[in-house]
Amino acid sequence: MAIKKFAVAAYDDEEVLFPAVKKVRNSGYKLHDVYTPFPVHGLDGALGLKETDLHVAGFIYGLCGTSTALGFMSWIFLSDWPINFGGKPHFSLPAFIPVTFELTVLFAAVGMVLTFCYLNQIMPGVKKHVFHPRQSDDLFIIVIELNDHVAETEVLDFMKSTGAIETNVQTAESEWWYGRWDQKEAYELS
Amino acid sequence: MHLKYESFVREPLVDGDKTYHDITEDIISPIEKKPGRMWYVGFFFSVALLMFGVFSVFWEVYFGIGVWGINRTVGWGWDITNFVWWVGIGHAGTLISAILLLFRQGWRTGVNRAAEAMTIFAVMCAGQFPIFHMGRVWDAMWVLPLPNSRGPLWPNFNSALLWDVFAISTYFTVSLLFWYSGLIPDFATIRDRAKTKFRKRAYGLASFGWTGTAKNWQRQEALALVLAGLSTPLVLSVHTIVSFDFATSVIPGWHTTIFPPYFVAGAIFSGFAMVNTLLVVTRKILGLEDYITVGHLEAMNKVIVLTGSIVGVAYLTELFMAWYSGVLYEQEAFKWRIMGPYWWSYWAMMTCNVVSPQLFWFKKLRRNIPFTFIMSIVVNIGMWFERFVIIVTSLYRDYIPGSWTYYSPTWPEVGFYLGTFGLFFTCYFLFAKYFPVIAVSEIKFILKTSGENYKKKMNVIDEKSIEEFVHEQAHH
Repeated sequence: MAIKKFAVAAYDDEEVLFPAVKKVRNSGYKLHDVYTPFPVHGLDGALGLKETDLHVAGFIYGLCGTSTALGFMSWIFLSDWPINFGGKPHFSLPAFIPVTFELTVLFAAVGMVLTFCYLNQIMPGVKKHVFHPRQSDDLFIIVIELNDHVAETEVLDFMKSTGAIETNVQTAESEWWYGRWDQKEAYELS
Repeated sequence: MHLKYESFVREPLVDGDKTYHDITEDIISPIEKKPGRMWYVGFFFSVALLMFGVFSVFWEVYFGIGVWGINRTVGWGWDITNFVWWVGIGHAGTLISAILLLFRQGWRTGVNRAAEAMTIFAVMCAGQFPIFHMGRVWDAMWVLPLPNSRGPLWPNFNSALLWDVFAISTYFTVSLLFWYSGLIPDFATIRDRAKTKFRKRAYGLASFGWTGTAKNWQRQEALALVLAGLSTPLVLSVHTIVSFDFATSVIPGWHTTIFPPYFVAGAIFSGFAMVNTLLVVTRKILGLEDYITVGHLEAMNKVIVLTGSIVGVAYLTELFMAWYSGVLYEQEAFKWRIMGPYWWSYWAMMTCNVVSPQLFWFKKLRRNIPFTFIMSIVVNIGMWFERFVIIVTSLYRDYIPGSWTYYSPTWPEVGFYLGTFGLFFTCYFLFAKYFPVIAVSEIKFILKTSGENYKKKMNVIDEKSIEEFVHEQAHH
């Protein structure tokens, strides 16, 4: 939990956003984050973000599902309670394939979605500061973190020069917290 | 500048002169308004049907499965017919959201949200039938490998019916996760523009606190892609496993290797028909004609004519194999199907599934909305008869003529079926009122490549020489 001061700039076109992101990164100001209403391809690259490893996690969860299913069914039919089904072998791999496949998919999907929520820090009841009410509608928002070493007006002027249609300074919680979206937080009211 | 280049020859996916804000406004404002009278009428009618269904099921549970028309010879009747029918319908949603995503079909964005919702509701309806067919429904959890005081005695993992339990429950869970992970950003859009306290709180909870940072979106797209990759074999596996319920038995008419592909094609066929039924009405009532265009409906009609033809070939192949196999029982089973006391169901199936979809070869008819709507219902009637034909007409004349019988449903069976319609439409009406019916962020994403107003500007690009175009792209 840390309440910080931010300079917020809104752009109305992704074609203006890309050069602006480049300029902000070169300027040396501390870029907090960029908020967009839909996935803008290439933005992660422009921000220098690494490719996500979520799919690797998914693969590992899938393997867990495969081994759980095969291990569990084999244990049941070979050791825990072997039953003779029409003289067929106890370890009847072809008959285990459907359940094994389904559990692989199930584990991978559930695991990935939970990991996705964990990494993005999203969950029912989580609240985060929304810098602009239209950041999920039609505006692209660049947020720069302010500190004692930079002048507010300088940063705002710089952001305007990159093509922002709207700029302002906000004091906000930089992390997530538990809260209700219909209630304002103490720092938001002041 | 989008790196993806769409030829202007392709039909726009979003009609009209739209901006990003217009998209938000068009799709989300129906959620913020009071619903119209038609909505209330439809919703209460659905709830009434659902109540009748609950009563019918209560009757069956209280008095036992004997109140149904099924008997010793015809052990599976309307219940399993309806189960397979609903599961089949449920296949279109995941096909649209997963397989068409992998094939990069842009038109899926207009219809995927509603189709996935339909999938989830259809699977919910389907699940009721095998559960209540068990009779002693309070023991339903015995199908799960849960530790128990009987040994523990585990279920038989070699049984196709048990595979079904895993397939359907996995399918439901994965479809729900896929659907919801796409809904989160759109809920955030509703939350951020909400005026009332209740809406802000409810959609705040539903949006999980999504804010849409660059990293959020990167992960969201990675998740969607991998879930699509997982769902693609999943959707094919589910109806394959449903077909194993029949194909792994030794009943003439069921014991055939053509069943898995034939069932999957039929499932997609009926699912797209149901998507058309729902969307033709939804786009009209919510005024979303610009997003679900005639082009979208035409694309789905093309899928219907393709899968309908596959199903037709499968029917004919079955007949050929029955004759070619030289097995008397197989031949008799098909003879009784076509000419026995249930001839009407076989011919209803043939007319609705094989003959009538062929009309979609005509472009005029594919793009005709009333005709599309009527055909979508005809197809689903046909697909219901297909399942009825497969199940009942394979069973009613078995190996011993002494046990031959005729099956017709009793009112609790019909009521149960009507009740699932009630459940389905109750859910759909709530969805259409409280959820964004179209994926808002996905439409915004394709706007600049496939919006009508942006398409017009593209003519200029197509007139340029390739060298000029490449030069401009490289130095942008």
